Amino acid sequence: MTEGLRTDRLNDSRSRWLPGYAVLVFAFLYLPIVVLIVYSFNGQSVGGFPPRGLTTHWYRVLASDDAMWDSVVNSLEVALAAVALALAFGLPAALALDRVSFPGKQIFRRLVLLPLILPGIITGLSLLMLFVAAGMKLSLLTITLGHGTALISVATTELFAGLQALDRAQEEASLDLGANYWQTFWRVTLPNLRLSIVGAALLIFTLSIDEIAVSFFLIGRSNTLPLEIWSRLRRGMTPEINAVSTLIFGFSLVTILVWYRLRVRGRAPAEEIA
Amino acid sequence: MVLPATQSVAADPTRSSGSTDAAAPLLEIRSVTKRFGATPVLSSISLDVAEGEFLTILGASGSGKTTLLRLVAGFEEPDAGEIRMAGQRLDGLPPYRRRVNTVFQHYALFPHLSVFENVAYGLRVQNVRRTEIPQRVTAALAMVKMSEYASRAPAQLSGGQQQRVALARALVNRPQLVLLDEPLSALDAGLRREMQVELKSLQREVGIAFLFVTHDQDEAMALSDRIALLRWGHLEQVATPREIYQRPATAYTAQFIGQTNLLRAEIRQGMARAGTLAWRCASSDGRATFSLRPESIHLGAPVGEKVAALGDDTTRFTARIRRQVFGGATDLVELACADGLTLLARIPSRGNLEGAWEFEFSGADGVRVQDEE
Amino acid sequence: MYSRTYKAAVAIPPLAWVTGFLLVPYALLFAYSFWQVEAQQVVHHWNLGNYRELFHNPMYLEVLFRSMKIAGAVTALALLLGYPLAYYLSFCSRKKELLYQLVIVPLWVSYLVRAYAWKTILGSDGVLNTLLQYVHVVHHPVESLLYSPFAVVLTLTHIYTPFAFLPIYASLEHIPRRLVEASEDLGATPARTFARVILPLSLPGVLAGATFAFVLSLGDFLAPLLLGGPSGIMISNVVVSLFGAAYNWPLGAAISLSMLVLVVVLLSIVQRAERKLSFG
Repeated sequence: MTEGLRTDRLNDSRSRWLPGYAVLVFAFLYLPIVVLIVYSFNGQSVGGFPPRGLTTHWYRVLASDDAMWDSVVNSLEVALAAVALALAFGLPAALALDRVSFPGKQIFRRLVLLPLILPGIITGLSLLMLFVAAGMKLSLLTITLGHGTALISVATTELFAGLQALDRAQEEASLDLGANYWQTFWRVTLPNLRLSIVGAALLIFTLSIDEIAVSFFLIGRSNTLPLEIWSRLRRGMTPEINAVSTLIFGFSLVTILVWYRLRVRGRAPAEEIA
Repeated sequence: MVLPATQSVAADPTRSSGSTDAAAPLLEIRSVTKRFGATPVLSSISLDVAEGEFLTILGASGSGKTTLLRLVAGFEEPDAGEIRMAGQRLDGLPPYRRRVNTVFQHYALFPHLSVFENVAYGLRVQNVRRTEIPQRVTAALAMVKMSEYASRAPAQLSGGQQQRVALARALVNRPQLVLLDEPLSALDAGLRREMQVELKSLQREVGIAFLFVTHDQDEAMALSDRIALLRWGHLEQVATPREIYQRPATAYTAQFIGQTNLLRAEIRQGMARAGTLAWRCASSDGRATFSLRPESIHLGAPVGEKVAALGDDTTRFTARIRRQVFGGATDLVELACADGLTLLARIPSRGNLEGAWEFEFSGADGVRVQDEE
Repeated sequence: MYSRTYKAAVAIPPLAWVTGFLLVPYALLFAYSFWQVEAQQVVHHWNLGNYRELFHNPMYLEVLFRSMKIAGAVTALALLLGYPLAYYLSFCSRKKELLYQLVIVPLWVSYLVRAYAWKTILGSDGVLNTLLQYVHVVHHPVESLLYSPFAVVLTLTHIYTPFAFLPIYASLEHIPRRLVEASEDLGATPARTFARVILPLSLPGVLAGATFAFVLSLGDFLAPLLLGGPSGIMISNVVVSLFGAAYNWPLGAAISLSMLVLVVVLLSIVQRAERKLSFG
């Protein structure tokens, strides 16, 4: 409650231009999204002002666009596999960073986290060289491996944060009560990490769906959705892109809301049971 | 009253066979040393815990008391020395192979499990027969008076209730030894005293040895059969509360447990002298430090008044009252002696004292202690 | 307290992955950067030719400097937009949870699509130009909006402002509110409290946000391709063309490796600075 009091006081005494400025920043952040949605229903194929003629034409075009839907399916496959890969390696990486000391740990930490900050082009190119050297044909598999490599860093940071927040005494209590390491992992560590895991999975999933810099270099015959969009953007204005983006945006919003609900519920298990 | 499950431990043949000899201690800590990096935390600690004993490791923060507990629990391994339980080597075993259970400082209850499942945890992971579990959990919860909270989540319990659940969770496994890491430190003063009484009677009831860690000397005095005072990784003294208070071995012990006056004295021909004070002392000649508890100093008369004849052993001196702190039944009085020596005296409350008074103490109450000088 | 087996089980799989998919590829990148192309073939002839080319051909240096200028501008703008927003959310807003989500939401819209939306807005027949004509501010479309460094900076700022915002917001949220109260209690005005307490304590977040914005926009090649035109070409576009049509992987690798080194050096400087700023 002190939080509320504090806020009120600050609102009174702190500068008045700040809320207005915040509104402007939000406007800047949302302008392209609004344009995108509005022009997905625009009757003209170019984006003139004002928008003319409300139409669902672009959605109908989209519905019958098989190449686009193939790429959506490809992207979903890649994203699911990337989530599995990133979690399968990110979780042990987070555990290792949290509780194992070994020579070269600092280098390991930096290497794991590097793709998080490194421009995707470097990750993409270096992996391209690897696959070429290994004689692998570029395909959705190489893209998946690329996404996995780039996104393990995300899984690791998210899960590492979760582990740091986890009270170590929880695991000690479990061992103390006779559970071995494996039992402790399943019965205490994992349940306590479930929010971080779900969060990491959602984040990885969306990042993978949207990923283009790494995929750009590892693409084989079949396109992921961003690459499909890319190939069409290069050809010129296609409001169909607006339509598919609006759909994805709507889907993302729903995902956020679900995640938000999950988190609120996860934070207050007590009230939920009461 | 329903007999708690843990009481049947005494009749459990597997357990009694563990101890080879009735007189042998339950837990033997032998010359245990532990370092964290270059920092020594425990230096060659040796300590025994007897069957059914309530032993408290008392120490200030940084004394190594929690580390000692964690060595016994198995969360840390000693760098040297060994730990035995019922004659068998304990160090080297992972925590889950030790018949020791811990009550953690902030309880460490599993937030994702109900109270019942928290208590059942140890039984489940050790594959106790499924049919046996509800009965044992119920008995353990009854023992700590938490039966009606079985289906609650830990987050819905008060600190005191969580404390009870943590205790039940440890006891339900019928350990040979229970470790308690400052379990009462998170409770407020009133609840804390209440829990002390309960903890003590519970321990008596189940007859399991408790190794208890605290920094609170009053708590240690109230609960323990014996106190092991730890300081900078060394054992300062191990003794019963009474003995450690009345016969402190070192100046540190005397100061840590209760208040005291440390008198740095010169002994010559059976008389000890510190400034203007002199009292009879059987020790050989030389320098020595004595601990004189404030309650051993008694108020005489105001200076100038006639007093009754002194006993053989009584030392009488004059001091000004410098400060007086009201403490209910007794007052703590700070005395300034003629030579600048300051003493604390605890005297029955009797209104404000002013000016100079006569005080007296018996030389026998001065306990010679080891001093680091 | 964890057994040897446990430690091995958690450390070995990620170590193996990192070795196979990060270390080896970087090593390949390193190796390639010392090879060269002869007659459309990469030959494993070790030499420094690529680096010599990189540092002597003014074209590459110019593009590199332009990239850094663009990235620097994006960073400055992202901080200018992101910091006040983060401050407003953290200290003045009663609906911070909701507003926080509102900052995140644009990140869920595809990068490409947002870049494309800016193209729709800035194009000569685009939303902005037609709007300006509609309200009679201008009579002919402003041609210089699209296909310019300006368009690239604007788009990248839009994309990376949330990245700058997030760590700043996190660091502001971590400032104990008691410190602010203590400062006011000691007689500091809100402005002084901000300058002397809040700003210094949020600097690690600013640094992290700036690093994200700078590094990610420095390496960007899609926005320049879509909106940059010839004058908006950035260093990664050069790399892309070297790996594509120009077919000179070794030279591309040399540029990439230089970027990698630049980023790693920058990161370690930032890390050191952050440690200094975070007061234990």
